Amino acid sequence: MKISVIITLKKDVLDPQGKVIHQALDGMGFNDVNEVRQGKYFEIDTKETDPQKAKNKVEEMCKKLLANLVIENYKIIDAQ
Amino acid sequence: MKSAVITFPGSNCDRDMDVALKKFGFKNKMVWHQDVELPKSDLVVLPGGFSYGDYLRCGSMASKSKIMQSVINFANSGGMVMGICNGFQILVETGLVPGVLLRNKYLEFICKNVFVKISDKDSAYFKNIKNDVLELHIAHNEGNYFCTNDQLKEIEDNTQVAINYCNNEGKIEKSSNPNGSTKNIAGIFNKKKNVLGMMPHPERMIDPSLSGEDGSLFFKNLINNIK
Repeated sequence: MKISVIITLKKDVLDPQGKVIHQALDGMGFNDVNEVRQGKYFEIDTKETDPQKAKNKVEEMCKKLLANLVIENYKIIDAQ
Repeated sequence: MKSAVITFPGSNCDRDMDVALKKFGFKNKMVWHQDVELPKSDLVVLPGGFSYGDYLRCGSMASKSKIMQSVINFANSGGMVMGICNGFQILVETGLVPGVLLRNKYLEFICKNVFVKISDKDSAYFKNIKNDVLELHIAHNEGNYFCTNDQLKEIEDNTQVAINYCNNEGKIEKSSNPNGSTKNIAGIFNKKKNVLGMMPHPERMIDPSLSGEDGSLFFKNLINNIK
């Protein structure tokens, strides 16, 4: 079973990379962008076949390693 | 006095730290990250470098390596643990010291000498040190100290800020903040002040012909405090 996770910076945390991307987009003529925030995306292929159990395990992974909860939020977006 | 320096895959200041500790009288042992037990030590150092290639987040993987459980237990029992640069990043990932280190504000890798003001002289790390300001070297991409407002209040209430970036006269001002760190913070303690994490490298300032000697002041004072 594959589980997807998105990790994003919390709202109050400065994201200089997102800012630079925003500026670059602006320079390319994409002038209607309000803000860009950069994040991380993971695909985790697990042996677990029960979707709920797999999600719970991935949630534990997020808390223990994949995300730093001081600055980041995680969202499990997909299980298939 | 016995010390131990942990080497992770990708550490590159471990041998510099070994040289510095021995120069000032420590009997130092190098410890591999896959070891489980720490040798008997008065001081454990997590050195600078790029542990695990800085993958995921700087210090995140190293903080979960085998030896770290022993380091965490050692710290929790009052043992002195010092993390320099990547070592500081590892310490924040273990939760031994609060906050995180973000990418530098202007996205540059910074490699230069800076001045830091010693903001707290109660701990065994800085007690009795004569100078208030040290010139030390920094070399990092992720040194932008960040913590939540609640954490900042707690850190300040407990006087956990160890050193701040400052100008050559010790004035802590925005223009001497190299990386965007909250309140110019360059190093912090845990609550009990037996754990210190800092971005500057004292081990790079121990040779009068190559650098300055402000790192020497730090190490000389440190071993005298531990004795």
